[in-house]
Amino acid sequence: MAMAKSTDTNQPLLALSDYTIRFATPDGTVKAVNGLDLSVGRGETVAVVGESGSGKSQTFNGVFGLLAGNALTAGQATFEGRDLLKLSPRELDTVRGADMAMVFQDPMTALNPAMKIKHQLSETLKVHKGLKRRAAEAQALAMLKTVGIPEAERRIEQYPHELSGGMRQRVVIAMALLCRPKLIVADEPTTALDVTIQAQILDLFRDLTTDAGTALVLITHDLGVVAGIADKVVVMYAGRIVEEAGVDALFARPAMPYTAALIRSIPRVDRDVEAVEPIGGRPPDLIHPPTGCPFHPRCRFAEDKCRSERPPLAEIEPGRRAACWFPFIDETSATGDTVRSPETLDG
Amino acid sequence: MAETLLSVEHLSTVFSLRGRSLFAPNVDLKAVSDVSFSLEKGETLGIVGESGCGKSTLGRSILRLIEPTAGRVVWQGRSLTDLSDGEMRKARRDLSIIFQDPVASLDPRMNVGQIIAEPLKVAEPSLSRKERRQRVEKVMEEVGLAPEMINRYPHEFSGGQAQRIGIARAIVTEPKLIVCDEPVSALDVSIQAQIVNLLKALKQRMGLTLIFISHDLSVVRLVSDRILVLYLGRVVEIGPRREVFANPGHPYTKALLSAAPIPDPAIARARGRTVLKGDPPSPINPPSGCAFRTRCPIARDVCAEVPPSLAEVGAEHRAACLFWEEVRGDPAVTV
Repeated sequence: MAMAKSTDTNQPLLALSDYTIRFATPDGTVKAVNGLDLSVGRGETVAVVGESGSGKSQTFNGVFGLLAGNALTAGQATFEGRDLLKLSPRELDTVRGADMAMVFQDPMTALNPAMKIKHQLSETLKVHKGLKRRAAEAQALAMLKTVGIPEAERRIEQYPHELSGGMRQRVVIAMALLCRPKLIVADEPTTALDVTIQAQILDLFRDLTTDAGTALVLITHDLGVVAGIADKVVVMYAGRIVEEAGVDALFARPAMPYTAALIRSIPRVDRDVEAVEPIGGRPPDLIHPPTGCPFHPRCRFAEDKCRSERPPLAEIEPGRRAACWFPFIDETSATGDTVRSPETLDG
Repeated sequence: MAETLLSVEHLSTVFSLRGRSLFAPNVDLKAVSDVSFSLEKGETLGIVGESGCGKSTLGRSILRLIEPTAGRVVWQGRSLTDLSDGEMRKARRDLSIIFQDPVASLDPRMNVGQIIAEPLKVAEPSLSRKERRQRVEKVMEEVGLAPEMINRYPHEFSGGQAQRIGIARAIVTEPKLIVCDEPVSALDVSIQAQIVNLLKALKQRMGLTLIFISHDLSVVRLVSDRILVLYLGRVVEIGPRREVFANPGHPYTKALLSAAPIPDPAIARARGRTVLKGDPPSPINPPSGCAFRTRCPIARDVCAEVPPSLAEVGAEHRAACLFWEEVRGDPAVTV
């Protein structure tokens, strides 16, 4: 179900509803994604955060029709009113690349090592927009400049292995942007990069979403990188959404113990912290998920109810949802949106 | 009085690469260039820098896993670089290393017990099988692995657990110094915290001295007493953690700090854009003068002429920038 926003009456760009993915394996059925309800509005930047195995990547691989052969999907994934799960592969191809594009963690896997950059980029335009070679290459060059590739005229004649990791990721982003998609899904786009290059790529995404009004889904295990870029954060655990909130509210007042624990586990570059608090235990086994709340074996607030009954994802205040029997709700701030003042930088 | 355990003196490591064509001359890649520092017992030195800055090569050159080209590594008063292979093997029980990719650094055909026991066989060949097994079980407990897992194989473990195996292997000979080469970079943030806390606890309990190599400044800030910043194989800044983070003396350090994400939306948005553009230049043909000048926001003509030496910018705090006073005084280039 889409989040009710009184100011925004438009239908969301992408809406997942009761979206479920199962994998049949020799050891049993992996319940990778379980009844997900998630929406992405036009121009919105949504961060999807979770640990390895939380289902965050599989959710969007499924949206793009990129799941392994042993996967079964159910529910709906509606993009501009069309259910992607019901499209034929040929129909899906017209949406993919043109209206929605994906950026992966490792740019090398997304690029053909035997093709010059200009051919990789112009191919997309020839296929989706029917452009002729010269026009396609001119647009490709312009896009390389847009994403900040220095000496674009020289780079476009090169092969992927001749570029650095950060530059390759820019090429992949340029490729994703070529057909001016309405949605970009970026799966850990900066995890393989240095902090300096990560900051440049995040700046680039921020500009693109602001200038072109592109919606962005940023999939990451690192809550730290989403703070400066996301509008909304969705926290996933064991293939379910366990919390969803605006970025300020989520960091200032996490409602679900798992979110709070994730925030406490991040070290800070801007202040001295004596120790970070790790999340004990391990992510759950998705073949035999725990009963009740999937997080209860690692939750220090768990009570009997958490072990026996699974909490539904419920609205805890306007625009916020959490799946927890005992969410932290701050009484004083429930009425107004009290924005926490920025902590003074260490000096 | 603190005891100097390790001193690295003018260490350089040069790789000779084949020329571009059959008859072209070989080219030199200076991965580590004239690096000097010393480490006291019980101290943790964080080494930071971008990919290709030479931080891993430096760590390995100190342990002679890569032979340095010039300079000395003095370990407890003896020059490691002058030891024979046999003497070096004896010295190795005091020196250990933890690698970045926890699963790839474990032999998939050996079980956990064999992996952890491997360094013991070399360091203490006189131990009986039973004694060895006891030592292995003891370190498994110390790193938080159940001793029942001793017969399992690496692929049965998650990344975090595999890194615990790597740590157990590193501490089984009861070393004095461990080089941790990006030990948490391949792990989820929530698991990183477990491993960082484990390393800190082991350091306390065993009185270890650590060299902690990472590109992640937040993690480095958490574990280090002192920070060494490398750029294209050269030390551009070294000093106490507090000083380097609060009052950096080199524009590169400042740029690195400004690029590190902060998990607070208000601060993250207010910080604005990163000052550092582009990638580091090639170490094969580094810029003249100050190697950082091509990306430096405050570079001037003079920076192309002479490579700046490390200047005293505070107590025990040195930076290699001609304009360090400006760097520290200019609030526009803030973190």
